[in-house]
Amino acid sequence: MWYYVKTLEYPINLKCKDLNMAKYLITQYGGPDGELGAALRYLDQRYTMPTGKSKALLTDIGTEEMAHVEMIATMVHQLMENATIDELKKAGLGGNYADHRKALFYTDATGNPCPLKLRHFKPALPLVYL
Amino acid sequence: MCPCNDNLKNIMMYQFCAIDLNLYLDNFPEDKNAREDYSKVSCKLTSLIHEYEKEHGPLTNFGSAFVEEPNIWVNQPWPWENYE
Repeated sequence: MWYYVKTLEYPINLKCKDLNMAKYLITQYGGPDGELGAALRYLDQRYTMPTGKSKALLTDIGTEEMAHVEMIATMVHQLMENATIDELKKAGLGGNYADHRKALFYTDATGNPCPLKLRHFKPALPLVYL
Repeated sequence: MCPCNDNLKNIMMYQFCAIDLNLYLDNFPEDKNAREDYSKVSCKLTSLIHEYEKEHGPLTNFGSAFVEEPNIWVNQPWPWENYE
């Protein structure tokens, strides 16, 4: 069970449209080392942890990572919110606009969808996870 | 949600502090100083949230806010939106 809290973990209020920055930042959202991947990995790994401490830690860090996901989303959203289609095209975000309009999208900086599978460590050993 | 409101800014600072203390205590649950800090911070955070919600409406929902107010929940600005 989770509850949403209507605050960001840290305040964000970006007024400067910056599409190049948005384009790079999106990888921290849905790229191979992005926050979504981290959150899902922690929350996935907690089930098979051998100790209470590691179960607690992965539950709590995984939960906090979701707050990071929200902060990155907020930054990308605010950086592109007021852009015109032409500006998006010029910044190389024309394809993203065609696919998602100005909605958020879990991709890396070059538009590849979130590659979660690649980042699952094998073998599935608690020590490898930590 | 505008953190230019001093009460909300305070809540966010205590939240941040509580998160870090919580993660630390997951690792070192016996640390006496951290336990005291965590207890103080949680207590202060709870009372700040209570005060804030009485005046401005719920910061969380699903039955876990001190004050449930569906209209305010729906209509107040969201954390990802710009503010003045």
